[in-house]
Amino acid sequence: MDVFLQQVVNGLTLGSLYAVVALGYTMVYGIIQLINFAHGEVVMFGAMISLSVISAAAGSNLPPLAIILAGVLVAIPACMALGYFLERIAYRPLRRAPRLAPLITAIGMSIVLQQVAMMLWSRNILAFPQILPMVVYELAGASISALQIAIIGICFAMMAGLALLIYRTRLGAAMRATAENPEIARLMGVDVDRVIAATFVIGAGLAAVAGLMVGLYYGLAHYMMGATLGMKAFSAAVLGGIGNIPGAMVGGLLLGLVEALGAGYIGDLTDLCQYGTLSAMLETRCADGGNVVLFGSNYQDVFAFVVLILVLVFRPSGLLGERVADRA
Amino acid sequence: MSSRFSYRKYIGVTLVALALLALPFALSAAGTAWVRIANLAILFVFLSLGLNIVVGFAGLLDLGYVAFYGVGAYVYALLASPHFGLHLPFWVILPIGASVAAIFGVLLGTPTLKLRGDYLAIVTLGFGEIVRIFLNNLSQPINITNGPQGIAQIDPIRVGGISFGQTDLFFGLSVSGPMKHYYLLLLLLLLVIVVNLRLQNSRIGRAWEAIREDEVAARAIGIDTTRVKLLAFAMGATFGGVAGGMFSSIQGFISPESFVLTESVMILAMVVLGGMGNIWGVIVGALLLSFVPELLRYTVVPLQLALFDKMLVEPEVIRMLLFGMALVLMMRFRPAGLWPLGARQREFSIDKAAK
Repeated sequence: MDVFLQQVVNGLTLGSLYAVVALGYTMVYGIIQLINFAHGEVVMFGAMISLSVISAAAGSNLPPLAIILAGVLVAIPACMALGYFLERIAYRPLRRAPRLAPLITAIGMSIVLQQVAMMLWSRNILAFPQILPMVVYELAGASISALQIAIIGICFAMMAGLALLIYRTRLGAAMRATAENPEIARLMGVDVDRVIAATFVIGAGLAAVAGLMVGLYYGLAHYMMGATLGMKAFSAAVLGGIGNIPGAMVGGLLLGLVEALGAGYIGDLTDLCQYGTLSAMLETRCADGGNVVLFGSNYQDVFAFVVLILVLVFRPSGLLGERVADRA
Repeated sequence: MSSRFSYRKYIGVTLVALALLALPFALSAAGTAWVRIANLAILFVFLSLGLNIVVGFAGLLDLGYVAFYGVGAYVYALLASPHFGLHLPFWVILPIGASVAAIFGVLLGTPTLKLRGDYLAIVTLGFGEIVRIFLNNLSQPINITNGPQGIAQIDPIRVGGISFGQTDLFFGLSVSGPMKHYYLLLLLLLLVIVVNLRLQNSRIGRAWEAIREDEVAARAIGIDTTRVKLLAFAMGATFGGVAGGMFSSIQGFISPESFVLTESVMILAMVVLGGMGNIWGVIVGALLLSFVPELLRYTVVPLQLALFDKMLVEPEVIRMLLFGMALVLMMRFRPAGLWPLGARQREFSIDKAAK
């Protein structure tokens, strides 16, 4: 029971982080029907920049929360600028080109950004300064840390804020109009270029916060951390229905739960010893209390891709996506 | 058309052939390392031509191509090393590796080829990662891949009584192992180029082109798009498998580290630089992106040490920056490649009505 609850807590934390990153993918996809391949790198830059600020300020006598706030306040504008720059370089000049072209420039940009980050912060795995005191609460047999509560809370607050922005402001209305039909939106007086740039910038701002939280949660940052994280968040966006804002949130949380529960149970489920005597060789290996585990928790990273492929095959429009995916 | 033209052409071809045959001797004068670099460059030409079938001919963006390379390499390593105690000859293993890679291509393609281009890109990217994760972890409970340590002591190629692992004397010329590999690779390369040229002008090649230009129209004129795309995937994977097998036997050691995402992106950069779908362009692109970073390695490091007394930018970083910039700049300014084909140029021209 407590293993289950513990993995649910971990999964929700992970999932809310995925959801925030997935929002960046889904917003861009919703508006220009393209995958922002370099979004993971923006998350990485968010983690790296805030790590630098926090490390520099860690020696001072400021309270830990103020230091972290300073990290966020530097990382958000920096990442927003990066998001804007990405749109200008990789996407805007190629808006009328074949779909393959902006995808390839974005892949190129993510390689360049990885290398730049490596030059700035070294190729080592960097330790995030642990300035927050570890506070752990007991909850029905599972433990949940203050950091986890904060991460889940902040992620939900950001998602609510984004929803307000999209459904209650003029900019949001312009974004929805552009997503619906850019040509008509332009005729209605929407500055489509600015709206698209704003979409990238908002996504990048969310990514900056997500990067900081991922860094604090794992206590690490690395110049390649964006690649896997980005792929998982994209899977989450597809799971929820790409282009669909609530879908990204649901998809992120679900994927986090699937990963955490999967990692928690796959070892037990694929332990061949519990399935009786399959072969003589197995029997001898099981006899002295050992177990023959087919897949351990080191396969955790596979779940996201399996989910992605299953969704794309069986329900390409995702869980909440109303539009049937364009298959042409 | 005139006889004099073809006469000149033959002289040109003969000169190129002679230069290619003499190249390893010239390179080994500069150091055996350069022969090895040339061998790796030819392997990258293999890989680029394989990926070109998928990306260039059929227009399917595959970001997990390195998975097929890895599969081919591991098949070779498992069947010709002390790891399982198997020592099959290379001409038996190479077709096996190619077929296994092709099967992987079909396995990946079957569920995903109905998807649109950018979904396909991310699914293939995920597939590449899955293969790498499996290579890293399939050392338990039964040790198949030997995990992150990789597989060592892979048998060198043997043809007749000649082992490719050592230096021999032929007609008074001393021919080292890497030089033998070079000639074998050159022979295979010739075969690969011929197959590619024939494929491009075949019924299948034209079907691929039709799908690339307009999939809906291609289906409307009776092309079984899913099957033809699957064929492109399998064909590309086969080339990847062969290249992997050769890599395994030449290096003598492989580990999952050699089959990472950046490797896929490098191959993609080569295809993009040369011009997607343009066989000769892709060959030049692969050679350029193989040799230029090596030349930089030998010039940038001493230059930096002379100027600043320390290394500011590692050559490996410059190499990756070069690949990244190649992708961005080519798509921005010469999307049809350095030496564009007419059809491809029309297709990539921005002025064309947006889809």
